[in-house]
Amino acid sequence: MTEFFQQLINGLAFGSILALIAIGYTMVYGILRFINFAHGDVFMLGAFAGFYLAPKIATVFPLPSIAGAIAVLIVSMLICAALGVAIERLAYRPLRKRPKLTVLITAIGVSLFIEYAGQFFFGAAPKKFPDILPVLPITKIGGLSLNSNQLIVLAVTLILLVALRFIVMKTKIGTAMRAVSFNPEAAALMGVNTDVVISFTFALGSALAAAAGILWAVNYPSIDPLMGILPGLKAFVAAVLGGIGNLPGAALGGLIIGVTETLVSGYISSTYRDAIAFAVLILILLVRPSGLLGKKEIEKV
Amino acid sequence: MLEIKNLAVSYGAISALHGISLSVQAGNIVTLIGSNGAGKTTTLKTISGLLKPKSGEIFYDGKNIAGLPPHEIVARGLSHVPEGRMIFSNLTVLENLHMGAYLVRDKKIVRRELEFVFATFPRLKEREQQIAGTLSGGEQQMLAIGRALMSQPKFLMLDEPSLGLAPLLVKTIFEKIVEINRERSLTILLVEQNANRALEISHFGYVLETGKITLSGDSASLRQNPQVKSAYLGG
Repeated sequence: MTEFFQQLINGLAFGSILALIAIGYTMVYGILRFINFAHGDVFMLGAFAGFYLAPKIATVFPLPSIAGAIAVLIVSMLICAALGVAIERLAYRPLRKRPKLTVLITAIGVSLFIEYAGQFFFGAAPKKFPDILPVLPITKIGGLSLNSNQLIVLAVTLILLVALRFIVMKTKIGTAMRAVSFNPEAAALMGVNTDVVISFTFALGSALAAAAGILWAVNYPSIDPLMGILPGLKAFVAAVLGGIGNLPGAALGGLIIGVTETLVSGYISSTYRDAIAFAVLILILLVRPSGLLGKKEIEKV
Repeated sequence: MLEIKNLAVSYGAISALHGISLSVQAGNIVTLIGSNGAGKTTTLKTISGLLKPKSGEIFYDGKNIAGLPPHEIVARGLSHVPEGRMIFSNLTVLENLHMGAYLVRDKKIVRRELEFVFATFPRLKEREQQIAGTLSGGEQQMLAIGRALMSQPKFLMLDEPSLGLAPLLVKTIFEKIVEINRERSLTILLVEQNANRALEISHFGYVLETGKITLSGDSASLRQNPQVKSAYLGG
């Protein structure tokens, strides 16, 4: 039983990171109806932003420290938010009125571009992510050994999800995001500059991906320019699983994939670990084609 | 207040408006009548910026607004209640109304406008917290009009407000349009298939046929016009 809970916590920590990435996929889909395949690479850029920032931030806040780690997290999020806006501006906006397939293929191109530009600038060899968080002694609660980094992943994810929910549900720009995702023409008639809302969506999604990148690097400190591919793909699966376009769905999907994958590799075989996400996806889509929390798109005339 | 000169619009190779000209005097209700596919909706969509004109000018308060993006046109005081209402079904009634006031920064003004909308359509007040997609057709039309009023427009465009509504509701909606026009001295451009009612409440009318204006005149005289009578008023 203890082992099960241990695996569950590992799975939830991994799933939280997937959830943060998945939200970016689902938000962009909700507004533009296309999959931003470069999103997983923004996750990688988040980790690298942290890697290069850490020595600079260490001059202000000595690292490892909580304050320093928060500074690294926030600055990486800001950098990736700006990068996300730039990607949309340069690659996707010129194709706004083109068929969705054109944009989708461009997204794959952007993804490859970032991955190989990353190899060019950062080098292809894996790098060791610096220790930005003080390593706290492992706490034991009834036989369970809780790693402080995992608890931090869960806490940061929770805080970010609550903040996101507040932005989307309670603020003016969040209401505009929901309006644009329902009907961009009608939102424009209300005076909403849809370009601004789209940029904001990319900024928000990319910032969350950056946070995921930092959390990932804190737990698995080896980072390389191709590290975004597999988590990106799994997060995409998580978004589809939860119902693409649905924010709570993306979070739920991430947790389900994370937990299932960890349990399967713990109890059955770790060889099949990477196939689990897709197996779960196929199973759920057979029963619920629009995802767990997704709604069928009905047009009311 | 609004002056359209030789406006031409096309969808790809298909021309929808072949150089129409019309003008709307401040304080009036002006109606644009015509059959399906005549170009009524195209005209409104071009004024509000959803469509880009091929040629021609749209002067609003003396300035050419043709080709501006929709959000800049709303900012100048033109508000468009689109065909099919296009309310945000995923938002609550209140959130829909707040979206209408998206460009209004002063919270006091938003509150005042909200009160006005609730006074005009008490039904919306009762349904304030309801998801807009659950409203009936008539309520959705009220919401669409209320939402458009939230931006404090000086010029309101209504596209087929009576479409799909029960006769009794049609009557209410038309009464509200007259009320809004009088009480807020709001200029209104009304597109309608229900030509009879539209000519009843409007001051001036234009008849649009396959992308051209074929007739115009004050509404009272249009109602007597034999051509209009046989084509649009059912004999």
